[in-house]
Amino acid sequence: MATVVLKLGNDISTDHIYPGRYMATVLPTETPQFAFADMAEFNAMLRSGAVSPGSVIVAGQNFGCGSSREQAASTLKGYDLVIVAKGFARIFLQNSANLGLRTVISPDLEASEGDELELLDDAIVNRTTGQRASVIPLPKARQAIIDAGGLIAYARQRLLA
Amino acid sequence: MTIVQKILARATGQSSVAVGDIVEPRVDLAMSHENAALVINQFREIYKGTGREPIVWDPERIAIIFDHRVPAESSKTATNQKRIREFVAAQGIGKFHDMRGDQGGICHQILPENGYVRPGQVVVGTDSHTTSHGALGAFAFGIGATEMAAVWALGCVFNVEVPATMKVVVRGVLPEGVAPKDIILNLIGRVSAEGANFKVIEFHGDAIRSMDTSGRLTICNMAVEAGATSGIVPADEETVRYLREVAGVTGELDVVTPDPDAAYSEVVEIDASSLVPQIACPHTVDHVKAITDVAGTRVDQVVIGSCTNGRLDDLAVAARLVKGHRLASHVRMLVFPASWRIYKEAMQRGYLSDLIDAGATVMNPGCGCCLGVHQGALGDGEVALSTTNRNFKGRMGNPTAEVYLCSPAVAAASAITGVITDPRG
Repeated sequence: MATVVLKLGNDISTDHIYPGRYMATVLPTETPQFAFADMAEFNAMLRSGAVSPGSVIVAGQNFGCGSSREQAASTLKGYDLVIVAKGFARIFLQNSANLGLRTVISPDLEASEGDELELLDDAIVNRTTGQRASVIPLPKARQAIIDAGGLIAYARQRLLA
Repeated sequence: MTIVQKILARATGQSSVAVGDIVEPRVDLAMSHENAALVINQFREIYKGTGREPIVWDPERIAIIFDHRVPAESSKTATNQKRIREFVAAQGIGKFHDMRGDQGGICHQILPENGYVRPGQVVVGTDSHTTSHGALGAFAFGIGATEMAAVWALGCVFNVEVPATMKVVVRGVLPEGVAPKDIILNLIGRVSAEGANFKVIEFHGDAIRSMDTSGRLTICNMAVEAGATSGIVPADEETVRYLREVAGVTGELDVVTPDPDAAYSEVVEIDASSLVPQIACPHTVDHVKAITDVAGTRVDQVVIGSCTNGRLDDLAVAARLVKGHRLASHVRMLVFPASWRIYKEAMQRGYLSDLIDAGATVMNPGCGCCLGVHQGALGDGEVALSTTNRNFKGRMGNPTAEVYLCSPAVAAASAITGVITDPRG
């Protein structure tokens, strides 16, 4: 069971997730401190450790649009968040697969902050409302990388192949 | 086949590829900027435990350009840049452009003007606006830093799904005071910020054919704001002219064009002759309105330049409109030429003098203002009018500020009046 800790709308950009002014910070070990830095309350909640790993951010269409900055994925991976959106922008989705950030595409999920979700392979069940929402498989091009545990591991395999 | 299918077929040694096929194209050019600091870290991670030396696959095919934070805004950035210089020297990276007047500028201008991008190539960059280089008939797209680390190691992009292509046909002659920027803003407004997600946009029509490479770069630069993987203009006589005369390219050029029976996922038509100046309103790039709907909005800061609109023709338009006038007293105006080569030419032609005499602050080429790092952050509740490519909340460094996007003509005319102003008079 996973709790929805934040609900967002459409077109959440990488500037929103990880503001450009923090881009000099690059290492995945250091980026989590600036997750949603302009949303001071949520950022403080993350940094305080109040959000447990596996918690869910629910968003609308085109999540992660904008920049190719990988910090937008590594900052969320740092808290082991799961992003459930109606749709994702291409580069963000690829960066997420590459870094092992879990993303789920569900066009019809209805959820509010505080709801408890059960994330199944082919569906999401909202245990708070009873809704069973569909899940669209990720682009198949990414599956081999996800299966390998991320792109570093996948590239290492290929290097030695 | 579409252009992207043809390029991917060739880059994978196949006679044809179909939309949805998973391919691993070899890379002709791999570009990074300051985020090479992260690429270097991830590149070394790949080699950990393999017993192999981390050596890049081809140092001549890697380009690194310092542009996002120049001069360094912090000691952290300066140290990142220092580490990148050391890596460049150790690996013998061929296409390195440091922050120097004799070689520097914004990556999306440096690549074309140095002849690094050619028609038919596969170009990847750790920057979403790598789509720009489709203006020269290449398949160019943005990737993340770890993806780039894998390219540096193995010379190909893993697991690329051959994208579908949206065909955009632009017909007619642009009216006076209307620019290529207005074409792409109009398109983004029509198809939405995700209308071309996972697709390539191929640009056709007589308005594109008669447009110079500068305008095509503006259009392809912003294809990503419609979600597109890449924007591509089929290479033609103008592409060859630009590469020969401006970029100094010699030798054979490999012009790839789509087949007459290429299959497109959709066709969008734009009548250029009926366009008016377009404005992307806060806080999404697809929130596009005709200028007549927003004229009169007060602005505090006007920005002209960047990879989107910082070329000589853009600065010429701005200089002509402000010459003999002064900025409105409450307005500050920042000008970012796209490269030092353009800066010098604009200086020699008197454009920079005209802009400075009107009250503009001419900055060094760079991206810092556009993405809110330094050199032009906005105050609380302030409004910017900018020729750059993004207006997301917080983009220019302040989540309480607003950014409107427009062409250089609209920006210059508005800087004089202090409110969003139609340049058509």
